[in-house]
Parts: sequence; structure tokens; C-alpha cells
Amino acid sequence: MSLELFMLLGAALLCVGLFGALTQQSIVMLMMGLELMLGGVIVGAAAAWHYIAPAAPDGQVLVVLAVTAMALEMAIGFAVVTALFRSREVDMTDMAAELKE
Amino acid sequence: MNDVLFWTLAVLAVASGVMVFRFDSMARATFSLLTSLLCVAGEVLLLGMDYLGIVIVLMMTIEMAIMAVFMIMYMMNPAGLMPMTMIHNKRGAAVICVGVFVLLAVGIFLAPWPGRRGKPPADVTMDLGMSLMGPQMLTMMTLGMALFATIVSSVVLATRRGRYDRLGDDLRAERSDDPVRGGVGR
Amino acid sequence: MAETTPLWAVAVLPFVLVLVALGTAHFDALLAADPAANPGREVLRLLVQQRRRTNAADELLTRLGVVLLPVAAVLAAVVLPLGFRSVSDLADGIVWFNAMEALAWAAVWLAGWGPNSTLSLIGGYRFLAQGLAYELPHMLAITTAALGAESLRVGDVVDAQSGLWFAVWMPAAFVIYLLSAMGMAFWGPFDQPVGRDVAGGAAAELSGVDRIVFLGGRWLLFVVAAAVSVPLFLGGGHGPLLPGWAWTLLKTAAVLALLVWVRRRVPGVRMERYVELAWVVLTPLAILQALVVALVVLNR
Repeated sequence: MSLELFMLLGAALLCVGLFGALTQQSIVMLMMGLELMLGGVIVGAAAAWHYIAPAAPDGQVLVVLAVTAMALEMAIGFAVVTALFRSREVDMTDMAAELKE
Repeated sequence: MNDVLFWTLAVLAVASGVMVFRFDSMARATFSLLTSLLCVAGEVLLLGMDYLGIVIVLMMTIEMAIMAVFMIMYMMNPAGLMPMTMIHNKRGAAVICVGVFVLLAVGIFLAPWPGRRGKPPADVTMDLGMSLMGPQMLTMMTLGMALFATIVSSVVLATRRGRYDRLGDDLRAERSDDPVRGGVGR
Repeated sequence: MAETTPLWAVAVLPFVLVLVALGTAHFDALLAADPAANPGREVLRLLVQQRRRTNAADELLTRLGVVLLPVAAVLAAVVLPLGFRSVSDLADGIVWFNAMEALAWAAVWLAGWGPNSTLSLIGGYRFLAQGLAYELPHMLAITTAALGAESLRVGDVVDAQSGLWFAVWMPAAFVIYLLSAMGMAFWGPFDQPVGRDVAGGAAAELSGVDRIVFLGGRWLLFVVAAAVSVPLFLGGGHGPLLPGWAWTLLKTAAVLALLVWVRRRVPGVRMERYVELAWVVLTPLAILQALVVALVVLNR
């Protein structure tokens, strides 16, 4: 176990999440990618806290921030999907992009 | 022992993270994401953040259970009984992601990380609490406001009915006109 | 609290829980005065029952949900003290209990989704709705107990009650806790997720061993949820004359008896009704209770 390994794990999760977020057409699947990316951020922040500055609580605060961001992203995401679907029967990003035409 | 735990959790986290986008069944995808995030919580516990690790388990379990409902509601093929792909720009995304990963990995190994300064406090949870209620109060209050704004805006976005639908145009209806009656008898 | 717990306690814990659950189920059957409700006979019947299959079922997820329920209950019981000892008195024991109990959300929904059957899926969805209803006041109630002891460690909460029980000066939190204990085990008045109107709901398609494990896990969860109210609100092992473990058992038995009696006396509460009650009445009440406790603690 070392800082580099934890950071590598965080980067791997971030990239898998990024791939999902970029490729998925369905808005809900896209949000799962975002969740995974934030999971990577959490691992990175926790590792930085443990290996660099364990005496300061800032690393923990960063994790709290990431966890809150996850909750906010989910809530707003689903609300937007619900609103889009209700008004236009749209549940995919490509279809939402066509709306502006 | 810790090394074994780290590697098991890490491999499981990445593998189930990949499986999220490979499963056809939305239920499987959601719970694969939950597995991945629970492994993340395990790593956080391994790093010594007791409270936050357990909170991540708590939050993610509930969040994914609710997410599953939305996934199934908004996917045209929720159970994956008819395999179909719903992806776009696979090659470009793959290039970008591998590029980002290589960039991050190079950065991780080349960066001159500072050495470990200080030791974790005896009570990590107390440390976090004292910090959030003291020097980091502003962060906490911002988070609180953001959460409150999210509650309001997501309800506004998601609901179709307002108070005029419930209580009539002059808001004077005896009893609210709800599709489902609540338990308090309003 | 300095006593360490021997390692064999880990192995014994599930058996103790199963024994208590069996005892409670027998008591419940006794009250029902229905020989068919005898838990021993029911277990034997299910053991020899042939497994039922449904079309295009997701076997993996069903199994996962079925097994997760008892596992979550046992994991939650790790912080449960018998007398003044628990298997592991974690520093964040109360949050641990809450997190493990939340695994039931995933378990029940998975068991409902897996068999690819409408009625069992309805049961799974019902539990999520019920979960959303009970979880908010429930979290506030257990936070209140932690606030009163100024610690998240269950052992410290017990220690803080050597004089006055928390149930006495936090009555609202205690009552809310008992309600949510029944809610989280979808038991008694809150049994809509496995209700008769949806032919057994989440458990509708489960048969044989699966059914024993799932419904048994629900009993375990019920016992654990009821038993946690003892260290959190009823003073744990504190009491005159008798040793700590005896008081814990006695109090747990009393809480279980009360809840079983409530089941026979109170009609079912549908989750859409309970959600409004929980959010409009119980949550503000729990916050007020927490505020009162916080003021008391600050002025101590």
C-alpha cells in the first residue's frame, strides 16, 4: 500500500466513470458514470489525507464535499430527467440535444 | 493483510465499475455500481477514516436502491431481456479515457509527493466534527445551503402539480385534491 | 467497558440471534392461537418444499437479496451489547448499525426484483417507499441518543444511562425509534411490502430454503432492531440486583413482547399514509427532541 497505488486506483475509477459518462446515451446511465468518477475522487482525497497530512482534517472535509456532491448530482439529475421526460418524452442525451433545433 | 485487502477491494471496485456499463439489466448495473462504491468505502475505512467510510456505505446503499427505481423507470429495456446497445462515440471516448488515465498515471509517478507530516489524531471522527463546526464552518454552511437548494429545485423540477392544482384557483378548497391521500388527513 | 470480548463471540452471535428470533416467533404464534403459524412446523414444511421457478428470473440478484437480509441483521448486531459487552464496540457503532440496517433496502428490493414477477416487484417498491418514510425520523432519533451521550459508541451511550434512562427524558425519540424498528423489519403494522393484498409481496415467489432465509432474516432484523433500543434508550445492562446480561435480556424480551402485542392490536399502516405522518409530524418532532437534548447537554 502506498500513496501512488491509491492514486492509481482513484485514477482508474475516474477513467472508467469518464468512459461511461462519455459513451452512454441514456441520461441515467450517464449519471452512473459521474458517480463512479466521484468515487475515484473520494479514494484520491482519502489517500492524500492519510499519506500527506493526516494531522489536518482538511482531507476528511474534502471527502464530505465529494459525498455531498454525489447526492446533489443524483437528486438534480433525476429531477431533470423527470422534467424532460414529462414535457418531451425524452430520456436520452442525443434526443435532448435535438430539442434545440 | 492490509495489502491483500487493498488489492482485493481495488480489483473488485474497478471490475464492477466496468461491469456497470456492460450489463444489459439495469438492476444488475445499479447494484454493480453499488458494489464498486462499497469497495471505495472499504478503501476509505482501510485508510483510517472510520466515520466517513461507514457513512459512504450508508449513503450509497440508500442512494443506489432509489437509483434503481429511476433506472428502471427511464430505460426502455430495464431487465435487459432484449440485448441492445445505447452508446455513442465509443472509440473517441476510449481514446480520451485511456489518454487521461496515462496522463494521470504519469503525473502520479512523477509528482514529488511531500512526505507524511504529523500523525492522525486519536479520534478521527471528533477531529472531523470539530473542524466542520469550527474552522470549516463556512464549508458546512455552504453544503447545507446547497442541499437545501437541491431539495427545493428538484421538487420544483420533478413535480407537475402546484398548490393551485391541490387547493383550487382561490386556494380555498376544503380538502386538497391529491391522487393519493396522505396520512395526516389534510 | 475495558473488558475485551473473546473471539468465539463472533461465531456464537448468529446462533443467539436465531434462538431469540425463534422464541419471539413462538410467542407470536401463541398469540395468534393458530397451529399452522408454528414457526418450527413452517420451517420443516419449507425445507422439504420443492423450489419454484419463474420465467426469465434473475437468479443471482434474487439469491443476493435473500442472503443479504440475515447477513445485514447479524452485521448490525455486532455493536449490540449483552450486558456491557458487545462483539465489537466500534467507535462509530451507532452509524454502523444504521448503515447495516440500510442494507435491508437493497436486500428487499433485490428479492422483489429478481423473480420477474409483478407482485413481488410491487413488494420491493413498497419497501423503498416505506424506507423513505421511516429513515428520516429514525436517523434523527438515534442521533438524539448519541447526542445525549456525546458519543457515537454504543458502550458510551449505555454508560451515560447509569442514572436516568434516555427513554425517560427523550420519550419522542424512543417512540419514533420503536416505530421505525417495526418499519425497517417491515413487520407488524408495517408489513405492506410482504402484505397479503399483494400475495406476499417481496416474498411472493420465494420458496423452500430461499423463503426460510428471507423470512428468517426478517425476524432476525426485527429482533436486532428491537434489541438495539435497549442500549440506546432503556439503559442497557443497568439495573438493580441482577447482573448486566440478565437485565439486557429482560429488557429486550419486554420490548419484543410489546412489539408483538402491538402487531396483534394495531391495523396495518400503508406506506403512503405513513410517509406523510413521518415527514410532516415525526421529523419535526424528532428535530425538536434533538434540540431539547442538545440544550440539556450544553447546560450540563
